[in-house]
Amino acid sequence: MNIIACVKQVPDTEAQIKVKADGSGIEEGQIKWVMNPYDEFGVEEALKMKEKNGGDVTIVCVGPARAMETIRTALAMGADKGIHICDPVFDNADAFVIANALAAAIKALPHDIIFCGQRAIDDDAGQVGAMLAEALGLPQLTVVTKLDFAGSSVKVVRPVEGAQMVIETPLPCVVTAQKGLNEPRYASLPGIMKAKKKPVDVKKAADLGIATEAKAKVAKVVPPPARPPGKIVGGDDPAQKAAELGRLLREEAKAI
Amino acid sequence: MAKGVMIVAEQRDGALRKISLELASTARKLADQTGDEVSAILLGSGIEGLAAELGKYGVDKVFVGDNAALEPYITEAHADVVAKIVKENDPAILLLGASAQGKDLSARVAAKLATGLATDCTDVKIDGGKFVAIRPLYAGKCVGEIEFTSTPAMASLRPNVFAAEENAKAGAVVKVDAAVDAAAIKSKVVEVQKDTSGKVDLTEANVIVSGGRGMKDAEGFAILEALADVLKANVGASRAAVDAGWRLQKDQVGQTGKVVSPNLYIACGISGAIQHLAGMSSSKCIVAINKDPEAPIFTKADYGVVDDLFKVVPELTAACKKIIG
Repeated sequence: MNIIACVKQVPDTEAQIKVKADGSGIEEGQIKWVMNPYDEFGVEEALKMKEKNGGDVTIVCVGPARAMETIRTALAMGADKGIHICDPVFDNADAFVIANALAAAIKALPHDIIFCGQRAIDDDAGQVGAMLAEALGLPQLTVVTKLDFAGSSVKVVRPVEGAQMVIETPLPCVVTAQKGLNEPRYASLPGIMKAKKKPVDVKKAADLGIATEAKAKVAKVVPPPARPPGKIVGGDDPAQKAAELGRLLREEAKAI
Repeated sequence: MAKGVMIVAEQRDGALRKISLELASTARKLADQTGDEVSAILLGSGIEGLAAELGKYGVDKVFVGDNAALEPYITEAHADVVAKIVKENDPAILLLGASAQGKDLSARVAAKLATGLATDCTDVKIDGGKFVAIRPLYAGKCVGEIEFTSTPAMASLRPNVFAAEENAKAGAVVKVDAAVDAAAIKSKVVEVQKDTSGKVDLTEANVIVSGGRGMKDAEGFAILEALADVLKANVGASRAAVDAGWRLQKDQVGQTGKVVSPNLYIACGISGAIQHLAGMSSSKCIVAINKDPEAPIFTKADYGVVDDLFKVVPELTAACKKIIG
């Protein structure tokens, strides 16, 4: 099987995000960069599929030079080769541009199934998987928590509000991974050593022949609105505090 | 030239979802600023009757696409029909819900229309004649203002954040051709497993009582369930509680779980790791109950109780029972 997994490098969930004074973006200096956690589920599912059915796993990533580290992490987990789309024109790209870049690279490869994370935890857009599917003319299965492969099709579980949809789709298709799909493995030491020798093909925008102008632009980044300072609810014992809290929620906040 | 505000209404099993009314009301407010019309796309089977309700919330015109092949929701079919209606009517702004369905659909439609999309917005405005979408980035650690270089400018709105206010307009039905090419629809819904708990989804809840590591074990959540029963609330959990196996993944609030904005969020035994705060800080009223006065959760709380939650929560349940009656 020809399996593709798309990955993105993002700030760690524990990272403090500081907005640049001119509102043009965030300060990147102190940030620890990691593989997007949802992409880890995608890579893990790709590896499981390869182990069961044979074939190989190709990692595709759009990102600056530092993103190579994330590609190597996926290779250390067990993927076979990588494509790194690395070009400063993508620094201010939106999901539409990124999806088209990924699609252009993937079109040139045989592909039976493509995994993405359901969203990246930096811009939280959750658009790339669906846009990639459209660009490739493939069906999409987004926010998937369970996947069964049956020869030429997959059956997945997709949670929606108040229900779970079970959907069946023939290959090739695009699947976006949600937490719960699997437990991503850690890279082993031999895996990390081997990853250093695995091939990674670096591509520029010009190699892909796509338009790179964003349709949706982040015009300004600002800190979140400050909440007014709260109050500590007083009282001599838990019962008093609870009664006072109940009163405040009813009379002041009108929340109950 | 592109003109007007269009929404994609969402219905399930023949009933409009609340987000549809939030979309209608928000679209009305935007359109009133520019003197434009609000239209809606409503797809499904036997759903024409729902157009009147959209009218009540400010929609002038409802494009109704009636076709059994559009039930239940399947991406490829809905995206094709929506894109076709949008192309024919050329709105300046297209709004969808940032619900499970809306997120899946909006990105596919944006790609079909080769236009820009801002996901999960918490505010939208017309600024100097331009549409601007405001959305949290890094799960709310900062906020981005999104501008568009293409039409329609597309935005999906976070459920529960925008008010649904009545503002009666015609809601006139315009029947549209909603034919889908069955051969081109490759995905098939083979089963819909309904949640039988009788609770709404966490993202749609008005009140959430959440527990973290301080609950000590799965059994500890019993007191939160009791409080939730009285408040008609959902029970949520921090990543620590989910990773420990005390609660299900679908109940996780935070950067790697759900982002929620209920009217009332009660955090019990949650220290307030930044990844958790990211998922709940757009809640309207936040209560924190924790015995550690230094816990970061208190920096976000409107009301803090510094005490043993195992003593406070049962007392709070009793107090609320008395208040609500």
